[in-house]
Amino acid sequence: MPEQFIAPSIDWFALSPYLVMVAGALGLLVVGALTPRWPRGLYSLVSALTATSAGVLAVFIWNDVAEMGPGTLVGGALSHDAFAQFVTIAVCAATALVALVTDAEVRGTVLEGPEIHALLLTAATGAMVMGASNDLIVLFLGLETLSLALYVLAASERTAAGQEAGMKYFILGGLASAVFLYGIALLYGGARSTNLGEIVARFQSTVALERNDSLVLAGLALLIVGLGFKVAAAPFHVWSPDVYQGAPTHVTAFMASVGKAAAFAAMLRVLVIALPFHRDDWRPVIWVLAIASLVIGSTLAVVQTDVKRMLAFSSVSHAGFLLVGVEAAGHRAGEQISGDGLESVLVYLALYSVLVVGTFSIVAVVSRHAGGSTDISVFAGLGRRRPVLALALTILLLAQAGVPLTSGFVAKWGVIQSAVAERSYAIAIIAMVSAVIAAFLYLRIMVSAWLADPSEVEPEPVPAMTGVAIALAAAVTLVVGVYPELLLGWTDAVSNFAR
Amino acid sequence: MELIVFVLASAMVLSGAIGVVLFRNPVHAALGLVLTLFGVAVHFVSMEAHFLAAVQVIVYAGAIVVLFLFVIMLLGVDRAEDLTIEPLKLQRPVAIVLGAGVTVLVAGAVVRGADTLGRETNASAPGDSNIRALARSLYSDHVLAFELTSVLLIVAVAGTVVLTRRLKKSEG
Amino acid sequence: MIAMLPVPAVDPVLDTESWWWQPLAIVGLKVLVVFIIGLVGTMFMVWFERKIVAGMQNRIGPDKAGPFGLLQTLADGIKLFFKEDLIPERSDRFVFKLAPFLAFVPAFLIWSVIPLGGDFTDGRDGTVEWFGQITRVQLADPPVGVLLVLALSSIAVYGVMLAGWSSGSKYPLLGSVRASAQMISYEAALGLSLAAVLMAAGTLSTSGIVAAQDQLTDWHLLSTGVVPFVVFLIAMTAELNRPPFDLVEAEQEIVGGFHTEYSSIRFALFFLAEFMNVISMSALLVTLFLGGPQPLLIGSFDLFAVLGPFGGTAWLLLKVFLFLYVYVWFRATLPRLRYDQLMDLGWKVLIPVALGWFLLLAALQLGRDNDLSQVGYVTLVIVCLVVLGLGYLLFTAAISVARRNRDREGAAY
Repeated sequence: MPEQFIAPSIDWFALSPYLVMVAGALGLLVVGALTPRWPRGLYSLVSALTATSAGVLAVFIWNDVAEMGPGTLVGGALSHDAFAQFVTIAVCAATALVALVTDAEVRGTVLEGPEIHALLLTAATGAMVMGASNDLIVLFLGLETLSLALYVLAASERTAAGQEAGMKYFILGGLASAVFLYGIALLYGGARSTNLGEIVARFQSTVALERNDSLVLAGLALLIVGLGFKVAAAPFHVWSPDVYQGAPTHVTAFMASVGKAAAFAAMLRVLVIALPFHRDDWRPVIWVLAIASLVIGSTLAVVQTDVKRMLAFSSVSHAGFLLVGVEAAGHRAGEQISGDGLESVLVYLALYSVLVVGTFSIVAVVSRHAGGSTDISVFAGLGRRRPVLALALTILLLAQAGVPLTSGFVAKWGVIQSAVAERSYAIAIIAMVSAVIAAFLYLRIMVSAWLADPSEVEPEPVPAMTGVAIALAAAVTLVVGVYPELLLGWTDAVSNFAR
Repeated sequence: MELIVFVLASAMVLSGAIGVVLFRNPVHAALGLVLTLFGVAVHFVSMEAHFLAAVQVIVYAGAIVVLFLFVIMLLGVDRAEDLTIEPLKLQRPVAIVLGAGVTVLVAGAVVRGADTLGRETNASAPGDSNIRALARSLYSDHVLAFELTSVLLIVAVAGTVVLTRRLKKSEG
Repeated sequence: MIAMLPVPAVDPVLDTESWWWQPLAIVGLKVLVVFIIGLVGTMFMVWFERKIVAGMQNRIGPDKAGPFGLLQTLADGIKLFFKEDLIPERSDRFVFKLAPFLAFVPAFLIWSVIPLGGDFTDGRDGTVEWFGQITRVQLADPPVGVLLVLALSSIAVYGVMLAGWSSGSKYPLLGSVRASAQMISYEAALGLSLAAVLMAAGTLSTSGIVAAQDQLTDWHLLSTGVVPFVVFLIAMTAELNRPPFDLVEAEQEIVGGFHTEYSSIRFALFFLAEFMNVISMSALLVTLFLGGPQPLLIGSFDLFAVLGPFGGTAWLLLKVFLFLYVYVWFRATLPRLRYDQLMDLGWKVLIPVALGWFLLLAALQLGRDNDLSQVGYVTLVIVCLVVLGLGYLLFTAAISVARRNRDREGAAY
């Protein structure tokens, strides 16, 4: 008789955010398939509620973690730490906002129905798993869940641009996933485990000088390429303008918020948490990526005339800022006192997710009214037609630029401060200069909205739920901007952020 | 003997892979892929991973590539594409150089790090132990990954519905 | 050098220490026997089918060549050999030539893992001693035996598919598209019903599966509760493209299906492959569900006891015969299904039934492993049935809602 099989213990409460999201997606699909079309907006409300409740559960789990300290779940597959809960909360918030916006965008088209919301929820589950993964295989599966859903969502609108966006994203994303997977394979060859904890333990015990690391380093290089693609860091950003522009706007919002947050969470997991003993190998690469993203993102954004394209390049430059934080975290990765790098990146991610969804929601409202055009000229005179909407846009854009009293300032201040604390002065200065360049771009949109003569006199209709989403995003942006202690106090309460 | 098997299987894998890239006819390319998959299955057998070999053939050769062929035949795209027109002239040579460079670098890294690779031979393990060990690790260490795959399948199902749904012909 | 041959991988029972000519001779002999059984069996099967169908239709059937027309197949074969070998002009020459072999070779190879005899009674493991070597009466006994069969049958799809495509004409293409869709669809049901057997036997090796069916009550036909057997039989008929599932070569609709353009020896290969598949899959069915070479004892009376060591082989042949007859009977009796009926049967009936039954068996197995009490068992079964019933209700509800939507909004395509 073979030895007794011991199943891994499962802490159902700690897994509840994932379960809620998947159950919500399945419930939508099953009940939606069996019932006639639901009344307007109900699909959106249900998925937004699902995401919100998952986020609330994550807050409770956060308290547990803060009290009892971090650990792992399901046989070491997932991390049970504040990092994971933070990513979960950010992803859930962004998903709930996007779900609200989606309703008006798909109303009356073939896409109206439960499927698109089920895709949003499963994609968000993938993103949450990426943020919590403690095993490279789990990380990869989360990545694929997210990416596959994003490919479909990007191509969901039957326009030539949408189909092109979906196709480009799919082919390049597939390639990036393959590179990433090959990286995992090589890393497995070098470390003999895919479990992050075991990888750390393996390199902790060997003396650095006698190591033959070529497998790990090759794997690391491929992993960085794969992740660099997913976070749209230059020079792996080439897909992002086309895809951001061609995809339906609510999907772009999802990509820019949840997609980016999950990819950065994965990057932190792989680099800072799994491979801290190779930090001197990967940090220079991140340094170069950060500078390239900052410079390319902000300069190319300025010369665009399409707002979605502008925001795509601006998101590349935001990726640069986040990489500055990652670089800062790399200085003391794996040490007892690990500095503020990790926290600053996470805070940036959470704040950016919310404000980017808000920005794209406004773009969606405006471009819908203008027959799908997202040229900067359609924003002309928005201040006269819809002053409140224009005000919200201004707040969100100021936040993207990092002006004080908005959440964007808190985020940018955090990463630059942590970079300065690690004496990475060069990168901090470049980041600030590029922030100034990028500010010009946001000013252009604002000038067009407030000062230019309106090409269109009729005010655009603002669907109720989209309005709520925009208002929420703007409110968060302002509140955190004015009282940053609310958020920062919360993160500071947790001393041991990641496992 | 093991070396001969390795060389033959690798030749299968490589020639199949090259065929996938070079054949102009999609059906021939798909057949090249089958050859590659078989080569990999042979590698699995020579490493005593019988179960993986069988699954490789059943799932990849038996289901996935058949579906490829099915789609190729149904769509009628089984003609060679004209690939001579190239919008970016520089693209191909650069891609070739970069691809070769990356291949050389990765191969170099693997060769250099070959002696750090773990060596585990379990050839003496009898009969079903292979499958039992696989089941054990699938349901203990990797149970979450296993379940996550089903979430991935939900995405695939919902995605198919989203992508294939057509406009209604006429509203009653 | 010889000592390094990977024969042990093929047959783990063979002793690898004392190596000389015996193992090679054994393996060579087995290959020869399997090959001959395959060819002769096929020849016989063609004759058998024609004769039985003729009988059922009140005809005489072949009776000129040889006694009872037994050599009719041989005559047909020779005729085919001497026919002109045509290759259509618009065909893809290489693939056109390759396809018959892809159909033919897997059909043969299935025989290599079927236990052809040996004594499995009373827990004996069916090994015999030849030339002082312990071995099994089967060409190979890999640890994944049954999966090998599945892999081979999935390769056989290529033969059909590529034959139709490479012919460069419409009807063969239609035939091959039908065939591949059908074979893939039914492979799922086949695999799921197979899983029930594997769970009962606890092994994938074919000899292990036979050894697990010692008593009549252990025969998987009974121990898995007949349902998997029925599903397997139907799915197998569909896999073989036999009537009533022969839409692949429905002559009223698409001429001859995938092999319309084939002639001469290439056609003969397809023909052979088809009949050989019938025999080898019947042998597989017998191995999985009816105990292969295990005798059916009446009391302690063994019908073939007089044959001594060949008793097992005789039992196997008898059982295979039974199924060959069943197949011919199917063909003579059942009308062909329509294409949508075929797909409905596969996806909406066989797969759910096989899956549900498998889950039920798994729950029972779990109950057995945990030593449940009588009450526990009953609760377990009731819970399972309720869950399965709910699943079934949801499933039918989904189908009927989909049908209603289709009626209201028109088909999606």
